[in-house]
Amino acid sequence: MAHHPGMAILHQSSPPPIADDLFEYVDADGSIALIGGIERETGRIAFPFPAQDDGFERTRLPLEGRLWSWTVQRFRPKSPPYASADAFDEYAVGYVALGDAIIVEGRLTGVEFDELRIGMAMQIVPQVFVMADGSQRTTYAFAPAQEGPSA
Amino acid sequence: MSDVYIVAGGIHPFGRTPERSGLDQGVFAVRQALSQAGLDWNDIQFAYGGSDAAGNADTMVSKLGLTGLQFINVANGCATGGSAMFGAYTSIKSGEYDLGIAVGFDKHPRGAFDPKPAEWGLPDWYGETGLMLTTQFFAMKIQRYMADYGISRETLGRVAEKAFRNGARTAHAWRREPVDLETILSAPMVSDPFTKFMFCSPAEGAVALIFASGKKVRELGLPPVKLRAACVRSRPAGSFEVFSPSLDIDRGKSPTTIVSEAAYEMAGLGPDDIDIAQLQDTECGAEIMHMEENGFCAPGAQSEWLANGWSEIGGRLPVNTDGGCLACGEPIGASGLRQVYENFLHCSNRAGDRQVEGARIGYSHVYGAPGVSAVAIVEG
Repeated sequence: MAHHPGMAILHQSSPPPIADDLFEYVDADGSIALIGGIERETGRIAFPFPAQDDGFERTRLPLEGRLWSWTVQRFRPKSPPYASADAFDEYAVGYVALGDAIIVEGRLTGVEFDELRIGMAMQIVPQVFVMADGSQRTTYAFAPAQEGPSA
Repeated sequence: MSDVYIVAGGIHPFGRTPERSGLDQGVFAVRQALSQAGLDWNDIQFAYGGSDAAGNADTMVSKLGLTGLQFINVANGCATGGSAMFGAYTSIKSGEYDLGIAVGFDKHPRGAFDPKPAEWGLPDWYGETGLMLTTQFFAMKIQRYMADYGISRETLGRVAEKAFRNGARTAHAWRREPVDLETILSAPMVSDPFTKFMFCSPAEGAVALIFASGKKVRELGLPPVKLRAACVRSRPAGSFEVFSPSLDIDRGKSPTTIVSEAAYEMAGLGPDDIDIAQLQDTECGAEIMHMEENGFCAPGAQSEWLANGWSEIGGRLPVNTDGGCLACGEPIGASGLRQVYENFLHCSNRAGDRQVEGARIGYSHVYGAPGVSAVAIVEG
């Protein structure tokens, strides 16, 4: 698998990333940061990083933010495109405003559905995703932050 | 430049019709419209038509007649019907033609839509990990809106309650049984805060409208409904749309806001002039947000509107008088034209026992992925 030169730290014990240029490891214990793109002309931040577009410069997105909105996925999405192993557990999904950079969509983890509140402090975490064939990939999710965001 | 009129409308009942293809439902709607106007397919000079998932509209000519007319297929997602109508509108307004038709139809399999990420310019992981669902988007958009403007789940429930009540009075509706508020609110959750009664379902159906120039209207002696505006707009920067892995931190207008402003300007009218409105109600939250985005109320005022019945038939501005998508279901290619058809009925005093008294100016709004809205304003 080709890795961008920016992805300096590989985390050997984690399953392979579900996509290139989606996130990068920020320390040896497996913490991750999402990769975005800064539009050179306007300064606008995009996610996911449009790696094929020269108009965008690669950037690391803030690690923490505030829950902007959320819902719970109560039925199994159709496959394809949903590629999870067959067993279905309801999962929470949300948008998190990462500092003043961008609002990113992702699964929410480590929180009871009835504890979800708009405005709560969240942080980016790696999450193992099991594909239909049983193989594992690493993707990202948001979990309640240990401490409030510094921004 | 000619004025543009709607002179007839036909509809194939929405819902499920296993024995009839989507294309044949389209043919059914066209024949009904022709019959209403006392016209023959030979009289029709042009057609715009489309479906999202039920085939090529122009193959209808094998059933309707090989007259050699100009027939243009339209594929514009949820705005397919609105775009077909825009084609008809400009064809007549420009003076190129005097009499034409717009037809929209569809037939979707059961269950939620199952989009392919690549067709929307998105990476595979977005669909693979279970983030690419229209239902999630609508749920998160209203969840944020409810927090910002203090709107309760009861208000959401009242939208569905009204839809099924109106659907019960509508021959072309799919869901024709009233459902009470308590049942709606306590039903199984689909995507919080929406229960199963708060979402529309993919369905089937077809609508055809016949458009004519002023000259043709006089020639035919038909009671006309004038099309005062027909606009389609795509999304501006900072809007919040279906299938968005991220949103700009600087929030902007929606495609609905800008198409609404354009339509009012084209018609020389404002929200206060509207007597009846059909607003995209993919789910209860959409109707609530679209009341504001189309200029009919301030954000947050929807609670008062729904509690007081102001958007009921007989209220100050009846909204979704045929039960909308919630009661009729969502055949993507047909929904936008269904809304115009419903306004056409009311503004020509043909809506039977759900007729809005004195309805003269009707407003319709359709919205869909990936951020496209269309508005039409008619005057009877």
